Amino acid sequence: MGIPFEDGNFSLFVRGFLGTLELSALSALFALLLGIVLAAFRVSPVPVLRAFGTGWVMLFRNTPLTLMFFAVTFVLPRLDVHISSFTAAVAALSIYTGSFVCEVLRAGINTVPLGQAEAARSLGMGFGQTLSLVVLPQAARAVLAPMGSVFIALPRNSAVAGAFNVFELFSVQKTLTEKGYAIFAIFFWVALAYLVISFSVGAVFSALERRTAVAR
Amino acid sequence: MSARTASVLYDVPGPRARRRYLLAGVLGTLGIAALFWWVVSTLADQGQFDGSLWAPFEYNAVQQRILDGVLATLEVFGLSAAGSLLLGVLFATGRLSDHRPVRAVSTAVVQFFRAMPLVIMIFALYQAVFTAEPMWGLVVGLVLYNGAVQAEIIRSGINAVPRGQAEAAYALGLRKTQVMSLVLVPQAVRAMLPAIIGQLVVTLKDTSLGYIITYSELLYVGKLIASNSDGYPYIPVVLVITPIYIALCLALSGLARWIESRGRRGANRRGASAA
Repeated sequence: MGIPFEDGNFSLFVRGFLGTLELSALSALFALLLGIVLAAFRVSPVPVLRAFGTGWVMLFRNTPLTLMFFAVTFVLPRLDVHISSFTAAVAALSIYTGSFVCEVLRAGINTVPLGQAEAARSLGMGFGQTLSLVVLPQAARAVLAPMGSVFIALPRNSAVAGAFNVFELFSVQKTLTEKGYAIFAIFFWVALAYLVISFSVGAVFSALERRTAVAR
Repeated sequence: MSARTASVLYDVPGPRARRRYLLAGVLGTLGIAALFWWVVSTLADQGQFDGSLWAPFEYNAVQQRILDGVLATLEVFGLSAAGSLLLGVLFATGRLSDHRPVRAVSTAVVQFFRAMPLVIMIFALYQAVFTAEPMWGLVVGLVLYNGAVQAEIIRSGINAVPRGQAEAAYALGLRKTQVMSLVLVPQAVRAMLPAIIGQLVVTLKDTSLGYIITYSELLYVGKLIASNSDGYPYIPVVLVITPIYIALCLALSGLARWIESRGRRGANRRGASAA
């Protein structure tokens, strides 16, 4: 089984693989940043910011990813914003994933019992100390597993970008299909590449979980 | 802020903190208003609110096409939801089977389809099998992927049913199949209903992948309307389609919350009468 990796097909495949990696890594970074900001909004003591965070997350969690890609691809040029389709794809993926990251972080902070912060304050710790020494370390532990599934889903979701002029693994699949190679052989290799990515991300997160695990 | 909404992150505010929060609230409101105004004015500057761009939506034919698109989306969603739940139950029980080969095969299939990007699968199915009917390519792809995810949800639900339930059922003389189908699966599905419906929302959103294989669901219909009308009204189309998707998804998650609250009420009542 295998596509003949002839006349440059292999380098095409490698370029697609690297494209997927680059797209996923950049989107993961920005999604994390956006998610942290949104989560800070959603747990902030200021009602207006909380409402804004809630509204934003509700809006972008219920919008299909394909529609987001459609929007950045066709809407931005109409507004005289001309960015490369790669940048547009990173924007769409980060905004989409950012809302999921926000929800995971918020749920993680909510798992820390109120008594922990109360105990820290009664020991005389300030706001910064309470947050950085008591609350966030515990929240981080609770967050790791669901965060892992968000970031395993990200490379899978990035495949949609291939339909909107970004060169990555889905584009490789399309190109090779057009060249007339056996469809299931192409599927096998592309699937293998995605499995490698998924399992690497999964392995990183389970290693993190093992390192931060505590006996309860 | 009252003591009721005390958070793990900050104390109940005193007078000075309340003033700070008020200031942050005012600044935040101004910032959000500025952002909103910027978006609207950018759209207006580019003439996106001109009547001519929105005129297509006044035609009955266009309205009919949007409605057809919604129906096509819902049709695919209905078929894939039913299929994925069926497949989910099948593979969940397969993974919990007493027979090693059945267990191994179900595990492999579930893990494989869970790790596959849906686009890759749908495109391969469309190119290889369903060249003429993109709808079935979309449905089969959605069923395989979401079925694998539902299988994991239902399996964890079955594992969470107290052991005594299965033991009691065996003690009453029920067969393996009967224990699974009459005792374990109903309780698992009931307990996992929020997660199951959450995945159904994902299924609904993923029907928009039909756009890629030219199945005429809502997004593809929108694209056709935008590219065939004067002035290429892509922005009006996005502004019309997005609320439809969000409304559909919110309706589904609202259903989840309603069922959840109903289920809890019933459980409480039963618990009370048993005690």
